[in-house]
Amino acid sequence: MATIEELQKTATQVRRDIVRMVTAAKSGHPGGSLSSTDILTALYLEVMNHDPKTWTRDGKNQDVFIISAGHMTPVYYSVLARTGYFPVSELATFRKFGTRLQGHPSIRKGLPGITQTSGSLGQGLSAAAGIALGKRLDKDNNFVYVLCGDGESEEGQIWEAGMFAVFHKLDNLIAMTDWNGQQIDGTVDSVAGEGDLELKWKAFGWNTIVADGHDFESILSAFKAAKANKGTGKPTMILFKTEMGHGVDFMAGTCKWHGKAPSEEQCAEAMKQLQETLGDF
Amino acid sequence: MKKYTDTGKKDTRSGFGAGLYEAGKADNRIVALTADLKGSLKMDAFANEFPERFFQCGIAEANMAGAAAGLAITGKIPFIGSFAEFVTGRIYDQIRQEIAYGKTNVKIASSHAGITLGEDGATHQTMEDIALMRALPDMVVINPCDYNQTKAATIAAAKYDGPVYLRFGRPSVPNFTEEDKPFVIGKADVMTEGKDVTIIATGHMVWEALQAAEILESEGICAEVINVATIKPLDEKTIIASAIKTKAVVVAEEHNMAGGLGELVAGVLAATVPTPMGFINGKDLFGQTGTPAELLKAYGLDAANIADAARKVLARK
Repeated sequence: MATIEELQKTATQVRRDIVRMVTAAKSGHPGGSLSSTDILTALYLEVMNHDPKTWTRDGKNQDVFIISAGHMTPVYYSVLARTGYFPVSELATFRKFGTRLQGHPSIRKGLPGITQTSGSLGQGLSAAAGIALGKRLDKDNNFVYVLCGDGESEEGQIWEAGMFAVFHKLDNLIAMTDWNGQQIDGTVDSVAGEGDLELKWKAFGWNTIVADGHDFESILSAFKAAKANKGTGKPTMILFKTEMGHGVDFMAGTCKWHGKAPSEEQCAEAMKQLQETLGDF
Repeated sequence: MKKYTDTGKKDTRSGFGAGLYEAGKADNRIVALTADLKGSLKMDAFANEFPERFFQCGIAEANMAGAAAGLAITGKIPFIGSFAEFVTGRIYDQIRQEIAYGKTNVKIASSHAGITLGEDGATHQTMEDIALMRALPDMVVINPCDYNQTKAATIAAAKYDGPVYLRFGRPSVPNFTEEDKPFVIGKADVMTEGKDVTIIATGHMVWEALQAAEILESEGICAEVINVATIKPLDEKTIIASAIKTKAVVVAEEHNMAGGLGELVAGVLAATVPTPMGFINGKDLFGQTGTPAELLKAYGLDAANIADAARKVLARK
């Protein structure tokens, strides 16, 4: 059991990793990675039943996590490394030729912890639903978690999967949306007029929970409620209210850092705001 | 020349349905998904016998492909079924990302392929699907020629570990290959041995090629007919050996020229034994409404046109 303080310590180091990885690679997606850092930190340190030592792609006898918004590799790789899936030092290879840490998660490169390729948006929820079906067939009682973006949810396939999971009563499926309100071209409402995701997911028949994605108590209680929902026949969607670029003042609350690398100077500025807690890679 | 007999017209999609049922009986990892086309894909026998392994997805092919990938990740062997256009062109990206890239063990059951879908017209007739699926690294592409071969190919696809595109059709067509002959992925079948010209055919065009060979035989021309049911990986050895022997090759397919079997064979022969070639295919056209017979005639996809192409290529030897 990690304390809230320990979760915060890890999340701060993960945020350092994100900014340093993207700076070193001179490309990548820091904005959404920083907004979903607290969610993934809580998930991997506290919520999920998983063991990097026995992990296999088929997810047998463990919880499974899929990142549907595949561009959020900086946070994903950092959390995987910090929880023991591969050496932390390997984070230095992010986006470099020959790396297992491809720009978007690659199933071909054999990076431990990666269950499915993603990056072409809107597809991870379907894969997660399929895994949830497979677990039910296998009488494996573990959960399947999937993280989507709010911008990503403009893809029609998200809503196809939304119908499918309810129709097949996948209450072992816990989906999350990093509801940061930003996408590449601007705010989600100015780009696509997506509207109220809470109303939409409720209308699709999901057990819908809204939580503060930067408050560990709120995050943990949302996951607790999602797990307790098993047995109702409904899948769960946790809408985490977050801020793009959270934790670095000049990146926060704007779409400008969705997919842009900071300069060395900007990175140094960010490092002043994020204390090294677990040792840099 | 070896003669083949039509043992009774059957649709190749029923061969798929029979193969799926048989494969499902033998292996409980096999699951089936459809996008509101259970009856059209002849999945009823499987769905009735194994309801817990059958998943209706509604008219949502993109999600079906992703959900199948998820099932495959957990060790299941999913078959997804819809019309050829809707399990290729409509969801090309999902197949690329979720299935092909990860060599994920999903079988794409593609019915109503080609122009012989008939009356539904151009929206539903695809003659581009082989090109799309061939373009994907590690995708196996199979286009069997009749009921018996489609059934056998379905069983073989179920046993193969990796993504497979299995293409078949809607109309009842001659059933002439040996019943329950095991299907070997990647192996072409020399149907008739010949010395003057090679006719390479796939799918519904194999029967037409055999009819063309009979026409040519009556003119004293001895044609070798090769059934290329596996388009990828291609049995290059069999094709090259035949081209060396006959020095004239015709390729017949119910698919357009771009990215089809004809271009594929031309590429192989150009790089090994450059050979005069003729092509029978849908050229660069969309389909239209009509009966399968009317359409095959209108688009030149029949025995008479194959025989004509053979005569022309012989003249260039």
